Amino acid sequence: MTPPPVYSTNSTATDQPVGQQLVTFLRRVRVFLAVYYALMIEYRGEILLWVFATALPLIMLGLWYQAASDSTFALSPDAMLRYFLAVFFVRQLVVVWVIHEFEWEIVSGRLTPYLLWPLDPAWRYVAAHLSEQLARVPFFLLVMGLVIWMFPEALHDTETGTWWSPKSWQLLLAIPAIYSAWLMRFLIQYTIALGAFWVERVQSFENLAMLPYLFLSGMAAPLDVFPPLAQKIAMWTPFPYMIYFPATLVTGRATNIVQGFAVITAWIVGLFLLNRFIWRRGVKNYSAMGA
Amino acid sequence: MPIIEAQQLSKSYRVADKQPGIGGTLRHLFRRQYRHIDAVREINLAIEPGEIVGFLGPNGAGKTTTLKMLTGLIHPSAGRATVAGFTPFDRKPAFLRQISLVMGNKQQLIWDLPAIDSLRMNAAVYNVTNHDFKQRIDKLATMLEITDKLNQPVRKLSLGERMKCELLVALLHHPRVLFLDEPTLGLDINAQNTVRQFIRTYTQEHQATVLLTSHYMADITALCERVVVIHKGGLLYDGLLDGIKQRFTPYREICVELEQPVEREQLATYGEIESIDGRRVTLLIEREKLTACTARLLDDLPVVDLSIADPPIEQVIGRLFEEGHTA
Repeated sequence: MTPPPVYSTNSTATDQPVGQQLVTFLRRVRVFLAVYYALMIEYRGEILLWVFATALPLIMLGLWYQAASDSTFALSPDAMLRYFLAVFFVRQLVVVWVIHEFEWEIVSGRLTPYLLWPLDPAWRYVAAHLSEQLARVPFFLLVMGLVIWMFPEALHDTETGTWWSPKSWQLLLAIPAIYSAWLMRFLIQYTIALGAFWVERVQSFENLAMLPYLFLSGMAAPLDVFPPLAQKIAMWTPFPYMIYFPATLVTGRATNIVQGFAVITAWIVGLFLLNRFIWRRGVKNYSAMGA
Repeated sequence: MPIIEAQQLSKSYRVADKQPGIGGTLRHLFRRQYRHIDAVREINLAIEPGEIVGFLGPNGAGKTTTLKMLTGLIHPSAGRATVAGFTPFDRKPAFLRQISLVMGNKQQLIWDLPAIDSLRMNAAVYNVTNHDFKQRIDKLATMLEITDKLNQPVRKLSLGERMKCELLVALLHHPRVLFLDEPTLGLDINAQNTVRQFIRTYTQEHQATVLLTSHYMADITALCERVVVIHKGGLLYDGLLDGIKQRFTPYREICVELEQPVEREQLATYGEIESIDGRRVTLLIEREKLTACTARLLDDLPVVDLSIADPPIEQVIGRLFEEGHTA
């Protein structure tokens, strides 16, 4: 038998030198982001609605501003405004919807062609999320501009006469904090989504997980207003690091940064390992329905 | 050495059985009943590099399940398979780079974007260089006659154009082994011909191996010398396409043109009547009786013209599926 001819010049990622692997990786990042950004722009009307759909922090802003004006809380009314504006900002960058996509792809068999790629399908979802964030930017900046126009106190504390002035290192740290928050949220939701390999419909599990997320993340109320023991316990769960921790950094208030990043790292590593463990078992259970 | 090999490959599923009505629904809720389905039963297969093999069987025969096992999409319940030297379900990137699966009823193109965007993604995934990407797109798109369609949103393309784009995406990385599941499903005659020609040219140029399922016998007769037939999960036949007729058709077709019509009862004494169209009669005659029967026909009836042929392959395959012969 004659050996088959050389079919292509495609090289595998692992047989390339490290420099070339990096070039391959960056090319994939560039192409994936460009393609998914183009796709998200197609859905621009829908994205605007999604921005409004995630405006719970702005409702909370109004409620807590009024409550803080009438009573004494750990945060002043203007600090409340600033906090919830920061929560809205962080929330826009940590929106995760992988479970909807994954469940649909499992049920419809759409996952099939992507399982045949020599690349983990998770990268597609990551690219889609990051591109969607990018497409969201002008919309949520517009909404934030409107809120600041309505509540200029958010930038200028009338009680203390000081302007919103976080330290530059806090803002710098807010960037990894926000993307770690996104990654944690993504890993939690994606891990739940993998349940679709067995039970097909998994969104109800995500709805259940939304409950602690809503209350412990700081989206409904800043953790500062929680009793001290509840605060202490909450800070060992992943939830405060998905909203409260990055939002606190954005507002420039003091927070335990070392503990914050240590807990985040531990959760990300744990969730990642759990995710890969379930993936390996789940993919064996895939029946490629409808395909 | 075969490039595709399956030994005793089997797949069984557990499916929940639900009776209709409210009673059935309640019973299903509290005491679910399951049954096992043997979708594929102990299939043995060996395909050499460069072969184009037709994979035939009625709906539900287990064709797609077999393809899913050979591409590593699903885990076999028993038996083993190797494709291009790999165990498919290990899903190693080096294996996935060498194969492609095209399904006529499924698409991987991004619906709301032009096909060129899906192609760019695949090029990045398979690490096809920009130079190769351009060259391959030029060549493959020309062969498929879709050069001017690549920049249109996929949702605006016709079914045939979409299928051609799917083929282009699937072959961009020049796979060695192609699994084609109904690639011409729903296409018009012209599009079917283009796709067939494209598959033939691609496999010749790249010495690719193809396992092709199709309900259109024209696809099979145009592309495959060898066919594998499965029925109810089991292998019925594996051999040359022409061999099917020899093996599963113990009869031949005699077409007779008569001077004047003859009574049906009289015609039935020669063999099974397949059709009567005025003075033209088609009879099915058992192979061993063919010579004697032909002589009798010529002696007894006012024959103007007579021809003997094998029945059309569609008919043979149809009978084969209906009767479910064992190999």
